[in-house]
Amino acid sequence: MERDSNNLFKLEMTSATVGYNGIPLIKDINISVKKGEIITLIGPNGAGKSTILKSISRHLSLIAGTVYIDGRNMRLMNGKETALKMSVMLTERIKPELMTCRELVSAGRYPYTGGFGLLTPKDREIVEKSLERVNAADIADKDVTAISDGQRQRVLLARALCQEPEIIILDEPTSYLDIRNKIELLDILSVMAKKEDIAVIMSLHEIDLAERISDKIVCVKGDRIYSYGTPAEIFSDSNISSLYDIKKGSFNALLGSIELKKPEGQIKCFVLGGNGTGIPFYRALQKKGIAFAAGILPKNDIDCVAALPLASEVVFSEPFMPITPEQVKKAKALIDSVSYIADCGCVLGEYNKANAELLEYAVKNGKTVIKSPDEIAETIL
Amino acid sequence: MMGALSKSNNTNTMRFCMVFVSFIILYICAVLWNIMSGSVDISASEIFGIIFNGDKTNTVAYNVVWKIRLPRLMLASLLGGALSLSGFLIQTFFRNPIAGPFVLGISSGAKMFLAVVTIAMNGFFSRMPLSVTVIASFVGSLLSMLLVLLFTGRVKNMSMLLVIGIMISYICSAVTDLLINFANESDIVNLTHWSLGSFSAASWQDVRISAFIIIPTVIAIFCFSKPMFAYSLGEEYARSLGLNVKIFRIFLVVSTGILSACVVSFAGPISFVGIAVPHIARMLLRSSKPIMMIPVTFVCGAFFCVVCDLAARMLFSPTELSISTVTSIIGAPIVIWLMISRRKNGTGQ
Repeated sequence: MERDSNNLFKLEMTSATVGYNGIPLIKDINISVKKGEIITLIGPNGAGKSTILKSISRHLSLIAGTVYIDGRNMRLMNGKETALKMSVMLTERIKPELMTCRELVSAGRYPYTGGFGLLTPKDREIVEKSLERVNAADIADKDVTAISDGQRQRVLLARALCQEPEIIILDEPTSYLDIRNKIELLDILSVMAKKEDIAVIMSLHEIDLAERISDKIVCVKGDRIYSYGTPAEIFSDSNISSLYDIKKGSFNALLGSIELKKPEGQIKCFVLGGNGTGIPFYRALQKKGIAFAAGILPKNDIDCVAALPLASEVVFSEPFMPITPEQVKKAKALIDSVSYIADCGCVLGEYNKANAELLEYAVKNGKTVIKSPDEIAETIL
Repeated sequence: MMGALSKSNNTNTMRFCMVFVSFIILYICAVLWNIMSGSVDISASEIFGIIFNGDKTNTVAYNVVWKIRLPRLMLASLLGGALSLSGFLIQTFFRNPIAGPFVLGISSGAKMFLAVVTIAMNGFFSRMPLSVTVIASFVGSLLSMLLVLLFTGRVKNMSMLLVIGIMISYICSAVTDLLINFANESDIVNLTHWSLGSFSAASWQDVRISAFIIIPTVIAIFCFSKPMFAYSLGEEYARSLGLNVKIFRIFLVVSTGILSACVVSFAGPISFVGIAVPHIARMLLRSSKPIMMIPVTFVCGAFFCVVCDLAARMLFSPTELSISTVTSIIGAPIVIWLMISRRKNGTGQ
């Protein structure tokens, strides 16, 4: 079962079927990771991301197929051999009685220590180094139950690093963390992968972060791998929306951002924005559930990108081109149909001076002018 | 950095040595006090002469020391250590500090089997011989342990196993009560006496047999302190470190079962030692690393039981209390106090 020893892949999963108790959940999985690469599994809750990870880490046995480490069939490796190559960071909560963070991290030396698990000075040095790498040296003597979620995830990562693995498997390492801790943890991971040539396989819920950190993305949905490729190949608006079955909102692949559902119904307000000034108005209207139109926005304006998933109608102009009379006509027609106009106070220049004309037109036609997002709740009924 | 690192390592080892040596000294003091106390007054010098020189000039004193006090003391030490250690193992197994060695239904299984044997044997003996009691309860505990072991293979969730253990206890207790209902009062005196728990009537034979079972088991457990540490992180992490969790779980249940079955058969169910002693050891060590916990728990348990047995003998002398009465009265408040003080200090740091 030996494969070519010059095999490029650190870890390879070929035509694998995974599942619980012999019942297949996902079939025909082919994933491979080189050293220094980060592969991220994304997909809806319950799609089987953890099942795949647990099958790689041998917490679950494969129903079919093979996992190779450095071209060697994992089935033929014993627990210690695997532990020397691969470490894990799981979602399983650990609640040891009276254990310091340092002791927890030192458990990573298990495959290296002798019969009684006594640490040599070299082992201790590696424990300290691992703690420093995740910026947890200051909490080393604290009890594991007395630290925050963010600190705990870092300590668990230190434990995984302490095992000196060539492959690290992480199951949702960023869950429970606030945004700062998420970024810090992923930063440590990506530095580690590149500097020390560690292959990383993990699952993430934050698709925006997954796109930024990963070399390859695996989308898991249904009974198979939905799609597999580089972030650029995977991240299109429609692909992500259909992966997660998003119907009540949208995902913006360009910005990696998520928008809630578009307000429905009769358009009540026309927002005159531009250059980012419109966004607070769009958000306020979306929260109140008021349908609105936005314009006139150049296609490359941030307001235009933000308005597309939220506004019922967007009147846009071509990038770096003046507004055309047809566009003005379209906007005027929309203004005629609403009773409110929002003046976001965008700077008016050569390309968007038509917006000033639109405001004048609205005032002349007796439309109520809203000048701040705070007024929306009181003014529009 | 290196300074801080070696310091923290040294304090751990220092603490362990201090706690371990203190308990050995305390244990020796308790042993001396225990030998000297009793209804027959024997002076310290006489005892010294009897033990080390085999001085038989005072036959009564010689017999009291050699045939009554010493075997009882040895048995209390061995069983106390074994019971505490089995408590530590079961707490490690369930990762639950409140679990005790008898949660797996071991003591109630023993009691049920003993009740069956007592009633069945009623025609053969006018009074149950002690050896039959010992064998019956040992077999009973092992049977309930095997039953639990059958479930260990199937149940993935530890708390489920805990519930199963408790349910087995209930079933065994119910069957025991049923049997007692149909038995004559006089037939079950032995059973009632047994279920109170006591170290009295210990013989050298008992000491030899229990030492033969307990000492190798304890050594084996100590040799497994490394995987036990890995196991305390949780099964999934332990497995990822290369530990064969399935086999290790069986080892834990079997060694716990052997230790507590041994205790139950020689002294009856002794409450609270198995829960309280590991707690005391853990708090003093400020760590739950098995390599330190195993020796400290054993010595601490021996000390605790020797002191409790002394109290059981002497407090209301000549009336002797059951050992469980004393261990509960001393043990329960200690657990409560430890729990509260641990909350207050945060985490022992």
